Amino acid sequence: MIPAAFDYLRAPSAAEAIAALAEHGDEAKLLAGGHSLIPLMRFRLARPAVVVDIGRLDDLNYIRDGGDHVAIGALTRHRDVETSDLVATRAGLLGEVTGHVGDPQVRHRGTIGGAVAHGDPASDIPSALIALGATLVAAGPQGSREISVDDFFTGFLETALADDEMLTEVRIPAADGARWGFEKFNRRAQDWAIVGVSALVRSGGEVGVGLVNMHSTPVRAAAVEGAAAGGASAVEAAELAADGCDPTEDLNASVEYRQHLARVLTRRALETAGL
Amino acid sequence: MEISVTINGTTQTHDVEPRTLLVHYIRDVVGLTGTNIGCDTSSCGACTIHMNGESVKSCTVFAVQADGEDLLTIEGLADGDTLHPMQESFRQCHALQCGYCTPGMVMAAVSFLEENPTPTEREVRLGLEGNLCRCTGYHNIVKAVLHCAAGGER
Repeated sequence: MIPAAFDYLRAPSAAEAIAALAEHGDEAKLLAGGHSLIPLMRFRLARPAVVVDIGRLDDLNYIRDGGDHVAIGALTRHRDVETSDLVATRAGLLGEVTGHVGDPQVRHRGTIGGAVAHGDPASDIPSALIALGATLVAAGPQGSREISVDDFFTGFLETALADDEMLTEVRIPAADGARWGFEKFNRRAQDWAIVGVSALVRSGGEVGVGLVNMHSTPVRAAAVEGAAAGGASAVEAAELAADGCDPTEDLNASVEYRQHLARVLTRRALETAGL
Repeated sequence: MEISVTINGTTQTHDVEPRTLLVHYIRDVVGLTGTNIGCDTSSCGACTIHMNGESVKSCTVFAVQADGEDLLTIEGLADGDTLHPMQESFRQCHALQCGYCTPGMVMAAVSFLEENPTPTEREVRLGLEGNLCRCTGYHNIVKAVLHCAAGGER
C-alpha cells in the first residue's frame, strides 16, 4: 500500500510551516511523527497534495516546568513523555497513559501534538488531557491562541484548529499529589482501546474523567464528575459513565457493550484513583 | 528529492519520491532485504529497524524523514562472523520457527534491552508488544531476550 503522490516541504521553522498551511489551505497536512497520518495515507483515506514536514522543529520538542503547569512541546515524542520525571511528578496520569499508546516503536516516533491534532476518539492521550483539564496552544498567521481541551475536539477526526493553524504546545495544570487510574480494554496486544477511561482525583478532591472511544470525539464524563463532586462513591458515580455519550457499534462491540464497559472501567479507574 | 542516509555505518545518497516508504527504500533501493514487510499497517513489527538507536517501524516512516539519520538494519547487527548477543541468544534458545518475524523481533529486542537492561518476563512481553509472531513462538522469543539480558552464556 503506497500513498498517493504529494509535494513534500520540509519546514525550517514553525512560522514557515504556518505560511505553507496558509498558502495551501486544506490541501496541506502537517507531518510530525507520522504515526497517525502515514497509515491514513497508505490506505488513501488521506490524500494531501502537500505534506509539510515539521518533524525537525526541535524548538517544539520540550517538557518544561511552568510553575502552575507543565508545558509540553507539540513535537515531543511519546517515549519522552512516558519517561519524563517532571511529567511523572506533576502530571503522572499523562505519563502512564502515554505508556499505553501503540507499542514501543510507535512511541519512539509518535508525538503528543500529532496524536492530539489527529482528533481520534480512539486515542488514549486525549482522555488524560480531559481528566487533567489541559489547554492547547495553537499558532497561526495572526499569532497564538489558547484552546481549552473541552473546546478542542469538534467532531470525528475534527478539531478546533483552523486550516492555517498548528498545535504548538500542550499545557497541563500541575497535578502534584493527585491519584489517578487508567483503564484500557482491548482484545489484542497494541490494539486501540475498545473503551478506555482516564480518571484523576486531585489532592484537593476534584475529580476529572475522560473517556476513549465512547463518542465521535474524545469526551468528558461530566455526569461522573458531577456526581463525585456531590459526594457519590466510585460505584455510584461510575453508573453515570455512559450518560451523554453516543458510542458507535463496530466489529468489536455493540453500543450496549461499550456503555457497559464504560461503567465498569470508570469504576475501576476511580477506585484506583482513590475515590 | 535527494536524501543521504547512513545505513549500517555506510552513508548512501539516492534520489527518492517523497512518498517512498523507508522500508521500500531499504529493500528496493539500497538492496538490504533482511528487513521484512509483514502487515503493511504498522501492526506486526516485521519491518523494525533502528533509527538513531531506537526501534521504529520502517513501513510507517517516509524515506525523506530519514534524511541525515543513522539507521541500523538486521544486516548491520553482527560483528563480521560474530553474531550480536541477541542473535546468539535467539539461536541458542531456538527463538524462531519460520523466521519471518525474526529480523524485526531481534531489532525490537535489542532496542528494548537498551532501555530496560534487566527486565522481568512481563516487561519483555510488553516490550515486544509491537511485534507479532504468526507461528506464535513467543515462549522461546521471551526466553531468548531474558537469556541475553542475563549475559547470554549458557
